[in-house]
Amino acid sequence: MARYVMLRLLGAIPTLFLIIALAFLLVHAAPGGPFDEERVLPPEIEANIKAAYHLDEPLPLQFGRYMVRLSKGDFGPSYRYREYNVSELIASAFPWSLRLGGLAILLAMAVGIPAGIYAALRRNTLTDRFVMAASMTGISIPVLVMAPVLVLVFAVHMNWLPAGWSGNSGAARYVLPVLALALPQIAYLARLMRASMIDVLASPFIRTARAQGLGTFAIIRYHALKPALLPILSYLGPAVAVILTGSVVVEEIFGIPGLGQFFVRGALNRDYTLVLGIVIFYATLVILLNLLVDILYGVIDPRVRYQ
Amino acid sequence: MSQRQGRWRRHWQNRTVRVAGSTLLIIALLAYLLPAISPNSFDATDFANILEAPTTTGMHWFGLDELGRDLLVRNMLGIRVTLAVAIVASIVSLVIGVLYGAIAGYMGGLVDSVMMRFVDTLYALPFIFFVILLMVVFERNFVLMFVAIGAINWLDMARIVRGQTISLKEREFVTAARLNGVSTLRIIGRHIAPNLVGIVVVYVTLTIPQAILVESFLSFLGLGIQEPATSLGALVNGGVQQMESAPWLLLIPGGTLVLILLCFNFLGDGLRDVYDVRQRG
Repeated sequence: MARYVMLRLLGAIPTLFLIIALAFLLVHAAPGGPFDEERVLPPEIEANIKAAYHLDEPLPLQFGRYMVRLSKGDFGPSYRYREYNVSELIASAFPWSLRLGGLAILLAMAVGIPAGIYAALRRNTLTDRFVMAASMTGISIPVLVMAPVLVLVFAVHMNWLPAGWSGNSGAARYVLPVLALALPQIAYLARLMRASMIDVLASPFIRTARAQGLGTFAIIRYHALKPALLPILSYLGPAVAVILTGSVVVEEIFGIPGLGQFFVRGALNRDYTLVLGIVIFYATLVILLNLLVDILYGVIDPRVRYQ
Repeated sequence: MSQRQGRWRRHWQNRTVRVAGSTLLIIALLAYLLPAISPNSFDATDFANILEAPTTTGMHWFGLDELGRDLLVRNMLGIRVTLAVAIVASIVSLVIGVLYGAIAGYMGGLVDSVMMRFVDTLYALPFIFFVILLMVVFERNFVLMFVAIGAINWLDMARIVRGQTISLKEREFVTAARLNGVSTLRIIGRHIAPNLVGIVVVYVTLTIPQAILVESFLSFLGLGIQEPATSLGALVNGGVQQMESAPWLLLIPGGTLVLILLCFNFLGDGLRDVYDVRQRG
C-alpha cells in the first residue's frame, strides 16, 4: 500500500513537470511583453524592468530559474499586483475557493446520493421518472445561467438572501454561491447513483440477501451501498475539475475574492506569473485529488490489489 | 441503402430522439430564418429605446439591450455561433478520438499501452485552464478556440473507440479480411470503423453539450467571441450586468442555452437506447 502510494506520487512528477513546462512555454510564447502599456516607456527604463524580472535572459535560463524557485514553493512576483508575490495571492484566495467548493461537493453528495438510491428503488415509477427528468434538467443548466437566476429570484425579487459577498457576513452569503455550484453536481450524482444502484441490485448476492429475508433498508445499508458507491468515488476526481471551473463563474458573479476571480483577472490583465502560478496550483491539486481517489478506491473495494 | 433507411426509421421511432431532434432542427431553422425576415440588424443601435422590454412592434419580440440592439436577432446569431462552435469542436474531437482509439485498439501491445498511458496522463490535466491560457496568449483567436475545445473532448472518445475496437478485431470477419490480405489501414477503415458508428454517434451527441458549455464559459468570461459578434454565453454575460432593470436580457439567452443543452442531452440519451450502448460508470 505504502509502496503503491509512493509509486503513484513518483509517477505524478513527470505529469506535473509536463504541465509546468507547457504552461510556462505558452505564457512566454505570448506576443508582447507583460509590461506593454499604452504609454511607451523610454528604452532604458524598459530594459531595467526586464532585467529586474529576468525577462532579458534566454528562455531555458528563465525556465530553470522558475523551476528552482518553484521547488521552494515560490511562484515569483505578480506582474500586476506589484506589492504581492503570487504565493501570497494564492494563499489569501484559496481558502475561499476551498470552502465554496468543499461545501458544494458535500451538499451534492448529501442530496444526490440519496436521491439516486430512492429513484433506483422506485425504478420505472412516476417518482423515478420525476427524479430523472429533474436531474436531466439540472445537468442542462450551466452554472453561468443558474447563478444569476438564483440571484435574480432569491436576492433581487424575494430579498431573502444577500446577492453579493463584500458587505455581508455570516452563513447567509454562502447559500446562493454554494447552491449554484452544487445543483448540477446533485443532478449528475443522482443519475450516476441510480444507474450504479440498479446494477448492484441486479446482482446475485443481493438476491441471496433478499432470499434470506433481509429488509430493503438492511440490504441497501449493509450490502448494496458500498459497491454502488464506487462509480461515485471515481467521479469525484473529475468533479473537482468541474467544480473549480464552476467556481470561476460563481466567484465572478458573486464577487468572491477566491482563486477563480484572481485567475480571470490575471488572464484579462496579462498578469502572466499569477496565471501561470494558478494553473500549476490547480493542476497539482487535481492530480493529488485523483491520486487520493485512487487510494480510497482500494480501501473501499478489497478486490483492487496494488501491484 | 435500405439498411440506412432502416436505421433512420429506428432512430425516429424513439420518442426522445424524435422530440429532442425536431426541437433542435426548429431552433436551428429559426436561428437562420428569423434574422433574415427581421427588419433589425444585430449591431444597429437605437439609443432612444435602450433596454426596451419585449414588444410586438418593430419585431422587437425579445426587447432591446443596453445599446438599443435587437435581442431577437442577436439571440439567433448567438445560437448560430454556439451551434457552430459545438459542431466543429465535436468534429475535431471525433476525428482525433476515433483515429487514436482505433489505432491503439487495433495495434495492441506496446503501441497500445504507450498510447493509452499518454491519454491517462492527459486526463489528469485541468484542460479548461489551458484553454483559458491559450485564449489569453493568442488574443481570442476564433479558429484556435474551435480546435482547443475539440482537443479537450477527444480523450473519452479515444478510450471508448479503443475498447470497442479491441472486441471487434477478434471477430471472424476481421480474421477473414486479414487472411485475404487486406491491409491494416483498410481493415480499420472498411471493417472496423463502420461497426463503431453506433457508439461514436452516441458519444458525439454527448460531446456537443460539453463543447457548448466550454464555449459559453469562455465567452462569459470575455475570452471567447468578441463584440459585436456574439454567442449565447456572451449574451448571458451581458444580461447579468443588466439583470435588475432588464431581466429578459438574462432570461432569454439563458433559457435558449438551457433548451439547447437539454435537447442534446436527451438526444444522446435516446440514441443510447436506440444503439443499446451501456451507460458508463
